[in-house]
Amino acid sequence: MRTCAAARNPLERAPSMTAHLHHQRLAALFAAALLLFNFPLLALWDRELTVFGVPLFPAALFFVWGVLIALLAWSMERTQR
Amino acid sequence: MLSAPLLVGASFAYLLMLFAVAWYGDRRARQGRSIIGNAWVYALSMAVYCTAWTYFGSVGRASTSGVWFLPIYLGPTLAMIVAWMVVRKMIRITRTYRLTSIADFIASRYGKSPTLAGMVTLITVVGIVPYIALQLKAVASGYAVLTTLPGEAVAAAGPWWGDSTLYVALTLAGFAMVFGTRHLDTTERHEGMVAAIAFESVVKLVAFLSVGLFVSYSMFDGLGDLFARALAHPELRPLLALEQGRPFTYEQWFALTVLSMMSVLFLPRQFQVMVVENVDERHLRRAAWVFPLYLLLINLFVLPIALGGLLHFGPGNTDAEAFVLSLPLANGQPALALFAFIGGLSAATGMVIVETIAVSTMVCNDLVMPLLLRTRRFGARAGGDLTRLLLLIRRTAIVGIMFLGYAYFHIAGEAYALVSIGLISFAAITQFAPAALGGMYWKGGTREGAMAGLAAGFALWAWTLMLPSIAKSGWMDTGFITHGPWGTTLLRPEQLFGLTGLDNLTHSLFWSLLANITAYVAISLWRTPSAREISQALLFVDVFERTASSGPVFWRGRAQVSDLQPLIARFLGEARSQSLFEAYARDAGVARIDQIKPDAQLVQFAETQLAGAIGSASARVMVASVVEEEALGLDDVMRILEEASQLRAYSHALEDKSRSLERATAELRAANDQLKSLDRLKDDFMSSVTHELRTPLTSIRALSELMVDDPKMDGQQRQHFLGIIVSETERLSRLVNQVLDMAKIESGQAEWHNSEVDLRALIVKALDTTREMFRERGARVELHAPEHLPALRADPDRLTQVMLNLLANAGKFVPRGTGHVEVRVRSDARGVTVDVHDNGPGVPAEERALVFERFRQGGHGVNRPAGTGLGLPISRQIIEHFGGRMWLEPDPGQGACFSFNLPWNTQKNPPAPAEAGGGDTP
Amino acid sequence: MTYKILIADDEPNILISLEFLMKREGFDVHIARDGIEALDAITGQRPDLVLLDVMMPGKTGFEVCQEVRAQDALKDVRILMLTAKGRDTDIAKGLALGADAYMTKPFSTRELVQKVRAMLEPAA
Repeated sequence: MRTCAAARNPLERAPSMTAHLHHQRLAALFAAALLLFNFPLLALWDRELTVFGVPLFPAALFFVWGVLIALLAWSMERTQR
Repeated sequence: MLSAPLLVGASFAYLLMLFAVAWYGDRRARQGRSIIGNAWVYALSMAVYCTAWTYFGSVGRASTSGVWFLPIYLGPTLAMIVAWMVVRKMIRITRTYRLTSIADFIASRYGKSPTLAGMVTLITVVGIVPYIALQLKAVASGYAVLTTLPGEAVAAAGPWWGDSTLYVALTLAGFAMVFGTRHLDTTERHEGMVAAIAFESVVKLVAFLSVGLFVSYSMFDGLGDLFARALAHPELRPLLALEQGRPFTYEQWFALTVLSMMSVLFLPRQFQVMVVENVDERHLRRAAWVFPLYLLLINLFVLPIALGGLLHFGPGNTDAEAFVLSLPLANGQPALALFAFIGGLSAATGMVIVETIAVSTMVCNDLVMPLLLRTRRFGARAGGDLTRLLLLIRRTAIVGIMFLGYAYFHIAGEAYALVSIGLISFAAITQFAPAALGGMYWKGGTREGAMAGLAAGFALWAWTLMLPSIAKSGWMDTGFITHGPWGTTLLRPEQLFGLTGLDNLTHSLFWSLLANITAYVAISLWRTPSAREISQALLFVDVFERTASSGPVFWRGRAQVSDLQPLIARFLGEARSQSLFEAYARDAGVARIDQIKPDAQLVQFAETQLAGAIGSASARVMVASVVEEEALGLDDVMRILEEASQLRAYSHALEDKSRSLERATAELRAANDQLKSLDRLKDDFMSSVTHELRTPLTSIRALSELMVDDPKMDGQQRQHFLGIIVSETERLSRLVNQVLDMAKIESGQAEWHNSEVDLRALIVKALDTTREMFRERGARVELHAPEHLPALRADPDRLTQVMLNLLANAGKFVPRGTGHVEVRVRSDARGVTVDVHDNGPGVPAEERALVFERFRQGGHGVNRPAGTGLGLPISRQIIEHFGGRMWLEPDPGQGACFSFNLPWNTQKNPPAPAEAGGGDTP
Repeated sequence: MTYKILIADDEPNILISLEFLMKREGFDVHIARDGIEALDAITGQRPDLVLLDVMMPGKTGFEVCQEVRAQDALKDVRILMLTAKGRDTDIAKGLALGADAYMTKPFSTRELVQKVRAMLEPAA
């Protein structure tokens, strides 16, 4: 926050700094999602295993999807003022 | 099977219910108690993305290729992750400039070009027709499944009047008209429709989940059992793995993800509910994760239902798209089947209603109106209220779109699965992405670039995807697909320029987007944009930096209120126009509408209001026709921008100034208040001192006069009076000394002779001094102190003064004969604490806060002990000067206990006059 | 007849001097040491005149004065306020509350006696 204090109007700068961080967080999440759902990471789940009776591949897809949504929810609701 | 009347009756009942919800939503909106002003309703309305395609098609897809139904929902999830950046910007732009549709959005960005708006509309209509056909097909085949006996073939198509699809189409068109074009209010928002869509989203989710739970837990013994049986089945096992006999086509997976990511942003119905109907940007925070969560939930049971159907009906069953209906029906659950049908109907209805409303708005504003307004009858200078005409055009457009959908259903529908039809539409909509996204983030994009990109992309989409789909349905010769047009194999639509190895969707998407983006970027860079394009680019890209009120207005010319107001009235109605201009006049600070200054701001206001009704391109044309405008050059645009930013800088500076002035005023006021209160304190102090001086003087004077008047006074009496006079004189001198002492300490002029002080020795000495007084009163004094205390640095005389004062105070209040005073000294790492505890009456709770105030003496009347009322305040000041604290123990048991505490580090407090004051002194 | 006088003050030495002075003048003297005692004495003894100190614990002279004036039965009681606070506002307040006269401390005994007599004589 020290750089904020140096800015012309700290009241205006401070939220934009956190907004900036929020945007970066979302961009990182987007990149992660894109990677997780495509070649080659997608193939990692293609195993002869079952989770609670559900084959690993579809289970993993839904699980990763759910985790991404949870992270998105956390990131979105956290910054709500 | 279910009887046809039951099915039709239930369907109508459901549609009427939707209508009731919409009616209620509209009513609440009119009362100003909107029910859609809620993040959850907003998120649910976005689920209009899930159509009959999701409801029936996903299961069909899963039954042939496993998890391949998923990319269509992963794409929107990706889009929602960046929604806070992208969608929020779309919302802000749309709100600020009152845009009505995706066509309006793109056209407005590129200089409010009517041509571009028309182009986007045409592409949308062509692209969306298959999608509407899909909904009709889904409802019609669902109806057929439920009303046909098991095993019996679905009846062959009868004459056209017996075709249930036609009636479905007509019914849905009717509802769309009722929902979207019920009002004469032609502005862009439809609150009731949004409420109905949110409701519809809940119904389809619950219905689908019910079927899923039924299949998983009633037909099978839970998910584990279902998957175990599928895994044991050699034909079904591959569906649950990545590769299904052939290598996994990552590029197609990726293409589908991108396709759906773009579609969720630019599909007319998504744009409508997500951007146009958005009430509050902040709702996006919740919708961004609730919408993907909805997608996850509705897909949760797709695989179980598909596998359950295949296990139940046997693999290879081609009618997998109807499993949602046929499974409950085949297992003796007609009620659930009916509910599932209502869910599917709900999905189709929601899509058709929003899509046709959105597209009809586009057709009306961007295709029909520009043409009509060119004619003499409806042209700019012609009068007449056009609001009814607008509604008529929109209604006709709805029927027209439905009819086209119906026609497509008959031409190509039978040959294609639901999913394939949907993807064709998605690919068309994706063509908007370069122009729209580029327009939001790149100021360099131009109108010609956007038009070239759209044209190229659309042409390649039509050639590589649309035409082959029609040809494959048997309506055209498929020769051009296998051999190329006129035998030119290089131009074969599904292997364009000899590109092979891609499935036809990925192939089409690759070529169309490549051509689209290349043309958009290349032409944009090549051609110089016009001033209007530049100004719109600035307004779009930098939308977060300016608001509508403070932004620059790129307009110059002469206008008249008397021209603009009737123009608005023609499209928005007389009453609304009047209230809009009255509101504008109020904001501008003038009393009457005719006093409004007809400047650029007003022209922009009028144009924006008009844009909400007829689209920005038509609004531009209309406004331009009633005002005299000067053409702006590039330099003008830059200058206006410069002025606006200077103005903004000025207003920032002004705000800063006024803020600092306010701060200064507040400081001055606070200082003044403090001075006033100090003045009052001083006044009170003077009054108290006067009172304290006059009281002994009164006795002295009265008694002296009595003795003067009576020289023969009895000797004993005289002696008594003289004794009183002497004691009152002592009281006076004590008072004068203490007032002076107090004043010195408070003004910082007291002298402090600091040295190392042995506190224990000091207290012992003070006890010696007061021993006589305590003995006289018959009181016992005890000292509890450690033998060795570290030395303190302080003024020993002042500390002695404090000790004597506390002891004298205790001595005054202890009961005669049985008095007991205890002095305790405790030391710790930080300092030393001294308590003086007596067994007197104690201090009443209400007086505790006052004991350290000046001239507040404990006790009263005859039993008031001698004292000036300054001893405790002075003692406290002394202790505070040494960095310590003096207080009255709040709950000492019996009697009163005064304590003070001194820190060890007093040597660090130089006896600077400036800090000598206690702070609260005059 | 002898006039009955009540002296209300919380300073014992002032009480001593005033008691001595008024007895010397031949009045029937009663004493109160605070505001509540003073009010009780006024209602109980019905003095002809009260020498009322302003700054008293329990009830201030102002409060006593106000309550006495509120009772119709006590309307004949004359009140002479004595105060060590000499501010004009204090004097005005006392008179406004219904005191008949006002003297600031320290006072001349002679003047006080004159004033007391002047207040009692016309009624006699």
